[in-house]
Amino acid sequence: MAGTPRTLNTSRSWGLAFDDLSRAWRQRQLWGHLGWQDIKQRYRRSVLGPLWITISMAVTAIALGILYAGLFGNPLEEQLPYILVGFIVWAFIGGCITEGSMVFISNAGLIKHLPAPVSVHVYRLIWRQMLFFAHNLVVYAVMLVIFPQPLSLGSLVAVPAFALLVVNGFWVALLVGIVSTRFRDLPPVMQSLVQLLFFMTPIVWIYEDLLNSTNETIASRARLAELNPLLHYLEIVRRPMLGQSFELRNWVVVLAITVAGWALTLVVLRNYRARVSYWV
Amino acid sequence: MVSIAVRDASVDFPIFDAQTRSLKKAMLGVVGGRIGPNASKVVVVEALRGITLDLEHGARVGLIGSNGAGKSTLLRLLSGIYEPTGGTATVEGRVAPVFDLGVGMDPEISGYENILIRGLFLGMSRKQMDARVEDIAEFTELGDYLRLPLRTYSTGMRVRLALGVVTSIDPEILLLDEGIGAVDAAFLQKARGRLTDLVDRAGLLVFASHSDELLRELCDTGIWLEHGQVKMHGPLDEVLEEYKKRKPGPKRPPQGGRPR
Repeated sequence: MAGTPRTLNTSRSWGLAFDDLSRAWRQRQLWGHLGWQDIKQRYRRSVLGPLWITISMAVTAIALGILYAGLFGNPLEEQLPYILVGFIVWAFIGGCITEGSMVFISNAGLIKHLPAPVSVHVYRLIWRQMLFFAHNLVVYAVMLVIFPQPLSLGSLVAVPAFALLVVNGFWVALLVGIVSTRFRDLPPVMQSLVQLLFFMTPIVWIYEDLLNSTNETIASRARLAELNPLLHYLEIVRRPMLGQSFELRNWVVVLAITVAGWALTLVVLRNYRARVSYWV
Repeated sequence: MVSIAVRDASVDFPIFDAQTRSLKKAMLGVVGGRIGPNASKVVVVEALRGITLDLEHGARVGLIGSNGAGKSTLLRLLSGIYEPTGGTATVEGRVAPVFDLGVGMDPEISGYENILIRGLFLGMSRKQMDARVEDIAEFTELGDYLRLPLRTYSTGMRVRLALGVVTSIDPEILLLDEGIGAVDAAFLQKARGRLTDLVDRAGLLVFASHSDELLRELCDTGIWLEHGQVKMHGPLDEVLEEYKKRKPGPKRPPQGGRPR
């Protein structure tokens, strides 16, 4: 809506695709406000408000931590922090994928009635997920007091790791969002897929324990988990948060997927950005 | 400089039913043979065809036409919500649309919050909106209602709110859809003053309405749309006169074709 004239025609232009992303970035007061609004809205009439995000994460992690510590025969001080951090990171990853599939469909009214870059809705979604993540970090902080982790200066690598997660969440939500708007079967597919991936990714089961298993077959099967890209996304953030060593392999995989994913998403954005308002 | 230049623009809507929008269907189409000669065809509605328009600073244009003639689609094309599927549309200037009232407003949050969000959507900053909110509150005469959730508002009250926002943010191009008729006569009198001021100052108004009276108040030229095409473009009185003489014909069914 800036003063510069925009010529809109049928040609699929890179300029307009990047223009969409940068104009939406400049409207950060808008999506920043809407993201907060979404969270306040969800807990509007409850007494505890957004604190519920923190509480429900704490309850889930504690219950599952105790359950799986018992089932696997692991010490609680090892199992509980592992599950808790895994859950916090997963909540962000899963949220970007499942909500990404509805990002334009659920904003159909706004898209059809107020002119705005389509990526405004994606920024809003990612910002909301970041706010959820921040609420969950409170549980992590409390956990650090009860079960101290061997954190060091190197643990700060979790910050760029999370930034990388955000960058990836953005392209995933944008890509899945555009395709889902055209093909309405995708949202339920995504929902099932995320659930499936939750079990295939080492969140409740400890990957390294299985790798070091005395049973050869189990150890070799566990290695297959490396093929799951989400394992690497999870590990770059979880390892430093638990004070574990830096694994270059995870970063290489994540960076490679980041580049490929953004390239694909930009092509889709260039070709189908203008169709979103027709499809919703 | 405020201007609108549309060259031979068309807007086609693909109408996906549950089947064609499904991924399964698209996949089967690739893998298997074609189910029938029309299996991959999607019905396309040509909402606008061959629209060429030049509107300059100071233009006050009324859109006239029967239901389904393409008035709302043309407004959305001018606002940039729909990009043309053929031809080009160049819009220079800050656009503020007031379309379906109520949509784009969250029914659960207060009137004040809705004023802020609408303003932010139209490219204002938070600070600019904070400075205007008192003025908007006064103009809309909604008083303490602004503290209540929007769901407690009547249609007319929502129109007041939407008009209050767009007229306060000094847009250069104002696009209004027919809904504004929902407000009472006294308020309309007040809004008219603000709207004409705005057009004098800012530059460009495009207003779709079925009310001759409202059109004559706000516009000086008229565009008669029929079946998605410009049938006539000229001084408002002449266009209205011709429009009245038209023979009501049957509606044209949607065209078949491929989606783009």
